[in-house]
Amino acid sequence: MSAPAVARTPAPRVRRRSPYTYLAVVVGLLVAVSLLEVVTGADDLTSSGTISATLVATVPIALAALGGLWSERAGIVNIGLEGMMILGTYGAGFFGYHYGAWAGVLGAILLGMVGGLIHAVATVIFDVDHIVSGVAINIIALGATQYLASRTFVGLPGGGSTQSPTIPSLPSLTIAPVSDGLQGLEQRNVFVISEVAAVVRALTTNLSALTVIGLLLVLVTYLVLWKTTFGLRLRSCGESPVTAESLGVAVLRYKFVAVLISGAMAGLAGGFLAMVASSNYRDGQTGGRGYIGLAAMIFGNWRPGGMLAGSGLFGYTQTLGLRSGRDSVHALLLAVAVLALAVAVLQLRRRHVRAAIGFAVAGVVVGAVYFAIDEVADDFTRMTPYVITLLVLGLFSQRLRMPAADGESYRKGSAG
Amino acid sequence: MSGGRVRRLLLGAAAPVLALVAAILITSLVLLVAGDPVLDTWSTILSAPRERNVANIINNATVLYLSGLAVAVGFRMNLFNIGVDGQYRIAAFAAAVVAGEAWLPGYLNTVLAIVVAMAVGAAWAGIAGLLRATRGVSEVISTIMLNFISTSLVAFLLRKAAVRAPGSNSINTKEIPEGSRIPGIPFGGGVVEIYGFVVLAVLSGLAYWFVLNRTRFGFDLRATGQSTTAAVASGINVRRMIVIAMLISGAAAGLVGLPILFGDAYSYGSTFQSGLGFSGIAIALLGRNHPVGIGLGALLFAYLNEQSNPLQILVGVSPEIVAITQGVIVLTVVVSYEVVRRYRRRLEQQAVAAATDRPERPAPTEEVAT
Repeated sequence: MSAPAVARTPAPRVRRRSPYTYLAVVVGLLVAVSLLEVVTGADDLTSSGTISATLVATVPIALAALGGLWSERAGIVNIGLEGMMILGTYGAGFFGYHYGAWAGVLGAILLGMVGGLIHAVATVIFDVDHIVSGVAINIIALGATQYLASRTFVGLPGGGSTQSPTIPSLPSLTIAPVSDGLQGLEQRNVFVISEVAAVVRALTTNLSALTVIGLLLVLVTYLVLWKTTFGLRLRSCGESPVTAESLGVAVLRYKFVAVLISGAMAGLAGGFLAMVASSNYRDGQTGGRGYIGLAAMIFGNWRPGGMLAGSGLFGYTQTLGLRSGRDSVHALLLAVAVLALAVAVLQLRRRHVRAAIGFAVAGVVVGAVYFAIDEVADDFTRMTPYVITLLVLGLFSQRLRMPAADGESYRKGSAG
Repeated sequence: MSGGRVRRLLLGAAAPVLALVAAILITSLVLLVAGDPVLDTWSTILSAPRERNVANIINNATVLYLSGLAVAVGFRMNLFNIGVDGQYRIAAFAAAVVAGEAWLPGYLNTVLAIVVAMAVGAAWAGIAGLLRATRGVSEVISTIMLNFISTSLVAFLLRKAAVRAPGSNSINTKEIPEGSRIPGIPFGGGVVEIYGFVVLAVLSGLAYWFVLNRTRFGFDLRATGQSTTAAVASGINVRRMIVIAMLISGAAAGLVGLPILFGDAYSYGSTFQSGLGFSGIAIALLGRNHPVGIGLGALLFAYLNEQSNPLQILVGVSPEIVAITQGVIVLTVVVSYEVVRRYRRRLEQQAVAAATDRPERPAPTEEVAT
């Protein structure tokens, strides 16, 4: 994959953000969405149902994005995420049905790792182009799961060539006093307070163990990749493998391990789809979420925090689209319009006239669309993540910084 | 001299053969582990196809060939057009709408629809080309995103443009009038027909070969693909080449769905075949971007697709097993070409060493003396 030329220039120092900044962002978002509800009357924007569903939609995207992060931070582009997720859905179905829920989780991870293993062997050992290998894995994974499903699920109760029997469900957490106690508050529709209640309710009602694990893995990934020697070495393989090797890092071994972990994450993402978002393996269950994960990772500038924000954004739009929230998505248009105009003012103050004009025009156009139509067709809701990613790449490509040696082939001994 | 040529031919054939053998072995291993009959499966796949099957293979190969060509154009310039899938679907939809409306009579209508398909495919790929040339956005990512956008966009537009056939769940565009369809070519005993579009596919292959190997433009394109710096040094406008290469690749992708549209389906519906673009990537790799190689690759993939159909009925094996073979071929073909390249280089080195070293090796004693 060819990196944009800008990626070669030294990156500007990243501003350190304190945890309070993130808190402020979350609170600000809540206030903004509450305001939007009041203005547009789209009540479903922050119901606890929407928030739970968003969580369920976000975690698999975030896990796939984590998979991308692990692999690309070590310099291996992974567009086989989709295929590894597909393998994960099958693993959850097969092992979950036969050996119980937690075995399903392990099975999903295991099968995802098999996909990662193929990618690692092809790219790290045989030096196959990363994109070629990824495409091949997506073809193989789809064929293999369809083949295996009709081999192993036909004849089982509720199973068939396109779906597995029901998988026993994982434990989930409900804190009844909190959940029930806040129900009244949420329904009273008090500005901002009800929204906070809805968030707390979503976090205390029927929260699957796998959701918690998924979110923890984001944290763990951040800690391992950015706060340990192992992580530093792994990232150095993605930035400058020659330098890493000259300092004694076993570059190929790190890359290999990174791609295996990447496969495990993607597999778990697939397992989540089969076990939490649904209750069995189904053909075509991933629906391109591996690619959305890839998009979320790029949106998040190859960093865990940004990647989580991207996954949340994509999960949220997806949820609104699914909850027949045609008017919810419609309401979001107003938010986008206001946001674009605000950015335009900001750009004008920084004397970036052309950017300001661009954002102003975009804001006015989206605003006009908001007032012109009454609801947004599902098709457009579905394409939102992809359009956003294209826009982010097109508008902010100068500010994105992928690992410097991402996608480049590396042979052992290149350090000379 | 002739011995060297024979060896070169053998080495050239070695890589694809090696890849095939490896893919067959790996597939057999999967069958074995899953407990399916290995030999019965292969004997079904390798049994002689009947006339009807041969026609199906040729038809399927036509479509795959065009897809492979579209991907190969990008490959020659080091551009990875993963978006052929989205490009051909949106192009086929546009062509179906234009042809269904029948603004022009007879074959003029067909020609217009083909031109529209190529233009739409080119425009869709052009977005990725422009993003790459102006903003440095990787075409891999942008074409993946554009694939999904085109899926949703076509679904939306199809609902606007569709006519619902009574008593059917699927929605389709208006049928293409009979005078604008491309007639089939009688095949074998004249019982079966193959797509008339085969001719156009072959012509596309010739055009691909001619433009890339016999024109200044083709030279520039290959030069840019092999070394951007060298291209810049010789005065090639690389950004312009990127956009043009993506436009051509997209235009070729626009043709992919048309054999089906004009020879079989006659309208674009929600069940129109998808996924052909990804097979195209595999086939372009398999054929090493050579027009004849791509043709052979397309025939192989079409053969596997067709011959795997009766597997379920005859030996109780799910036909998706060939998808594993096809995916594995993509990997083994790349690996085996690399292996053969290294082997060949070693042979060359030995030959050079043998030719230059032996006659005038200075005696070591003399060297010490001076």
